[in-house]
Amino acid sequence: MSAIIEQSHHDDHHHGPAKGLMRWVFTTNHKDIGTLYLWFSFCMFLLGGSFALVIRAELFQPGLQLVQPEFFNQMTTMHGLIMVFGAVMPAFVGLANWLIPMMIGAPDMALPRMNNYSFWILPFAFTMLASTLLMEGGGPNFGWTFYAPLSTDYAPPSVTFFIFAVHLMGISSIMGSINVVVTILNLRAPGMTLMKMPLFVWTWLITAYLLIAVMPVLAGVVTMMLMDIHFGTSFFNAGGGGDPVLFQHVFWFFGHPEVYIMILPAFGVVSAIIPTFARKRLFGYASMVYATSSIAFLSFIVWAHHMFTVGMPLAGELYFMYATMLIAVPTGVKVFNWVATMWQGSMTFETPMLFAIAFVILFTIGGLSGLMLSIAPADFQYHDTYFVVAHFHYVLVPGSVFSIMAAVYYWLPKWTGHMYDETLGKTHFWLSFVGVNVTFFPQHFIGLAGMPRRIPDYALQFADYNMVSSVGAFLFGFSQLLFLFIIIKCIRTGKKATAQVWEGAHGLEWTVASPAPYHTFTTPDEVDMKEAHG
Amino acid sequence: MDIAKQSKWLVALSLLLSSSMVYADWTVNMRQGVTQISREVYELHMLIFWVCVAIGVVVFSVMIFSMLMHRKSIGAVPADFHDNTKVEILWTVIPVIILVAMAVPATRTLSDMYDTGNAEIDIEVRGLQWKWQYTYLNDDPAKEISFVSSLLTDRDEVNNLARKREHYLLDVDNEMVIPVNTRVRFLVTSGDTLHAWWVPDFAVKRDAIPGFIHEAWTVVDKPGVYRGQCAELCGKDHGFMPVVVRVVERAEYDTWMAGKQADALAVYETVGKEWTKEELMVKGEEVYNRVCAACHQVNGQGIPPAFPSLVGQGLAVGPIDAHLDIVLNGKAGSAMQSFKGQLNAAEIAAVVTYERNAWGNDVGDLIQPRKVNEMMSGE
Amino acid sequence: MKTAQTSSNSMVLRLFAVAVGMFGFGFALVPLYTVFCEITGLNGKTGDQYTQTSIQAVDSDRLVTIQFLTSNNSGMPWEFRPKMRTLQVHPGEVNETSFFARNPASYDMTAQAVPSVTPFMAASYLHKTECFCFEQQALAAGESIDMPLRFIIDKDLPADIETLTLSYTMFDITAPEQSASAD
Repeated sequence: MSAIIEQSHHDDHHHGPAKGLMRWVFTTNHKDIGTLYLWFSFCMFLLGGSFALVIRAELFQPGLQLVQPEFFNQMTTMHGLIMVFGAVMPAFVGLANWLIPMMIGAPDMALPRMNNYSFWILPFAFTMLASTLLMEGGGPNFGWTFYAPLSTDYAPPSVTFFIFAVHLMGISSIMGSINVVVTILNLRAPGMTLMKMPLFVWTWLITAYLLIAVMPVLAGVVTMMLMDIHFGTSFFNAGGGGDPVLFQHVFWFFGHPEVYIMILPAFGVVSAIIPTFARKRLFGYASMVYATSSIAFLSFIVWAHHMFTVGMPLAGELYFMYATMLIAVPTGVKVFNWVATMWQGSMTFETPMLFAIAFVILFTIGGLSGLMLSIAPADFQYHDTYFVVAHFHYVLVPGSVFSIMAAVYYWLPKWTGHMYDETLGKTHFWLSFVGVNVTFFPQHFIGLAGMPRRIPDYALQFADYNMVSSVGAFLFGFSQLLFLFIIIKCIRTGKKATAQVWEGAHGLEWTVASPAPYHTFTTPDEVDMKEAHG
Repeated sequence: MDIAKQSKWLVALSLLLSSSMVYADWTVNMRQGVTQISREVYELHMLIFWVCVAIGVVVFSVMIFSMLMHRKSIGAVPADFHDNTKVEILWTVIPVIILVAMAVPATRTLSDMYDTGNAEIDIEVRGLQWKWQYTYLNDDPAKEISFVSSLLTDRDEVNNLARKREHYLLDVDNEMVIPVNTRVRFLVTSGDTLHAWWVPDFAVKRDAIPGFIHEAWTVVDKPGVYRGQCAELCGKDHGFMPVVVRVVERAEYDTWMAGKQADALAVYETVGKEWTKEELMVKGEEVYNRVCAACHQVNGQGIPPAFPSLVGQGLAVGPIDAHLDIVLNGKAGSAMQSFKGQLNAAEIAAVVTYERNAWGNDVGDLIQPRKVNEMMSGE
Repeated sequence: MKTAQTSSNSMVLRLFAVAVGMFGFGFALVPLYTVFCEITGLNGKTGDQYTQTSIQAVDSDRLVTIQFLTSNNSGMPWEFRPKMRTLQVHPGEVNETSFFARNPASYDMTAQAVPSVTPFMAASYLHKTECFCFEQQALAAGESIDMPLRFIIDKDLPADIETLTLSYTMFDITAPEQSASAD
């Protein structure tokens, strides 16, 4: 993405980006780094997506047609790891990098060099992780949740590289989050109080705190794994006085906030897009901030709802059930607020708005199946079945991923200076919308019918919905190639974009030219606070 | 595309679709099951489901109405309200009330599930890679039976070399049998990694954790055969270790139990007889394909390095005692389990004989069950 | 005057300290979890050796059934079984039973028996004064042993618990040099 506009200004330290490939290796510019994260995430999305297609191809019919169970387990594991850590999280970090400084009127992130390191760790970590598939014994095959002892005593030799890759990703996330927090707290332009910030900035501030709090716990749990595997400890080995269930507690202490880490920025994106296309201010800004904070706080105290069948005592199960049900309240508040923003607006339905509205509807469906899962006694029938798979794919795919796509369509004109092709954009939307629902809605049914997760072959009564789901998956998967085409086309050509781009857009990023100059808001007097609109 | 080609595609497509259409199943809901608890769980599930549907209908109708009526293209002018504290409080409090209403029956059902009373029958359920071992506890060791329950479905069906029969992947060689209307307690543990024992019709699911014991219970009120699966990823054959429970009238249960106890005795007596090589090879091949082929493969070549080849190398053509030792006692630090607790002396003697003579190994040995029995009891 | 840079620097250090602290917290969860289980008796873990000096009064009106289960972890070849499958005991009285173990392998082995109790709230009411699970068990090739267990059921065991199951899992903890089959 080239934002190569020479600023013919009096300040002598203004210059355009460096020339050539090394620009990207050494850049400390938040726009460049945002671009790097977004492209990296798209590559990972396609890689993780191709693993998903291997899974769905195998599950198209009963019987083993394409892969053996050992490899299938590697596919499910790697699909999860790559999508969570390689696609969704880096995409949101990319959006954070591009947008946060512009939205708060800051010249760049607070720690630009650390920003560069945060990015460049990732290609290294993921190359290592992907290469485990070629190692002897194969790649990680114990699920993205890597429970012990399957991931310790019974793991393939590549597990050590898996642990190393997780450490690297964690370091990248922690450094990135520190950068986000310091930037938001310290570098806001004068007059940009916290309660005037766009909601996207708020959701990232809160997400960054969550990351700083829980990524180290993930680092702790994989370190314990490493010690059990190589140094003779028994954290998770009952024979040595340890407990496999301890793994689950520590993992999910990280794992539950992690899923909120993957959705809060999405809430921020949607809270930027809907007001623009409804031409109406976001309803209930303050309560949106409080709701996001409550969700973040609650996310720390509900982890064991992933473990309802592990044999916890009744009091524990009841507590976790009640606490989990409670999260529905602030989440519901947010959904109602978005609908109230639409209500009596003056809406148009360009591609970003289509994705944003689809997000609200389909994420709500995912949230409601989550509410069903929180009911502990019912969960005994849902746990480890495709009902859970349906739930989390609804909140992650038409949830997080749609919000990322919405964000890309929304801000692409600002990044590239061109409007994307609206007809193709809408086509991509409808193909994805149909694809995602055909893939995941039937999975509710096969889960309720009793099909467990993580199996390469299944009993005959599950065949029909599996076939439908697989067809949907291929439709959704191949539609993303259209998305790639649209993005590349937009970078190279397209109708010239104005500074404001969208009629109803408000916010500091819409006060600068499109494409955004390489350096923006280098001095405080370049910030027009009247345009900042929380 | 000409007619001939089109018809070929059509035929292929319809064969593809019809092969699974034979067992077409478009069920959308959880089953009610055959226990008091499973019906309570089902009712709870339906209650929550309808609440969710109601919430969805309300929210989505408002959205759809808005998308139709508040569009710029029909001339809608945007309002300028952007908050309303009263409304915010309302839509915070009302969901809380709905949640409390849902939590009450949920609490009751969960407490019912956790009731620990005396059971008439106690069965230890032990998860292993990749099968279940059931032990019916009895104060009298002579009356205590223990057996392994493994997938019965032929690998040929899995590999699409044979037509898939009914109960594909949900059939086992030795079912758990329990009497109807009787409280049965399951004591769940694992012998290696995590597994989970699940019978949807009973709404019983319990994680099997190595080194720990957890209990679950059920009272089934309707005879029948109930099928479930392992519900916790446990390695490559996680999808191939089903659970089958046959619930029968009391009299039939008693007959079955007596038969099982007699079988255990008969096995012991079998050990006293002198087997021919043909008898050992036939039995050995059956045992091998059912138990060993999962790792060492039907052709004996294994999947090195984790699962060594038995063809022309290693203990299969080495010293007999070492070969018997590794089958009986396993090998610590590897995936090779100790089969002493899972196979009887006749099965072990047969499978070792088979391994030493199949695939061209032709060592010529035959091992009598009696010898294995001696090794097992250490006389 | 505090510049944006210095206040950024101190913020970075503080946030970094939080990250390090949370890493430590992850590890602290391990002993926290153990302590929590010990105090509440949840997770079915029984305590260490019971050394109560005063003799408890025996509740001769109440009978509790104790079931003994044994099993081997994978790769563990030992014979391992309880002398009695069940015992009916009075809370407060000292009871004794034993477990038979034999090492049939051709090399010396060391094992650890790990206890687990269900229902878990019963675990803190099961006091073991002598248990083979307190130590590692070493058995030479072919050797066998009778291992005693002495225990008391606390009189305060909740009234609704009539049956208690104590399960031992035997794990092979032979050090690699000792194992003759290592290759």
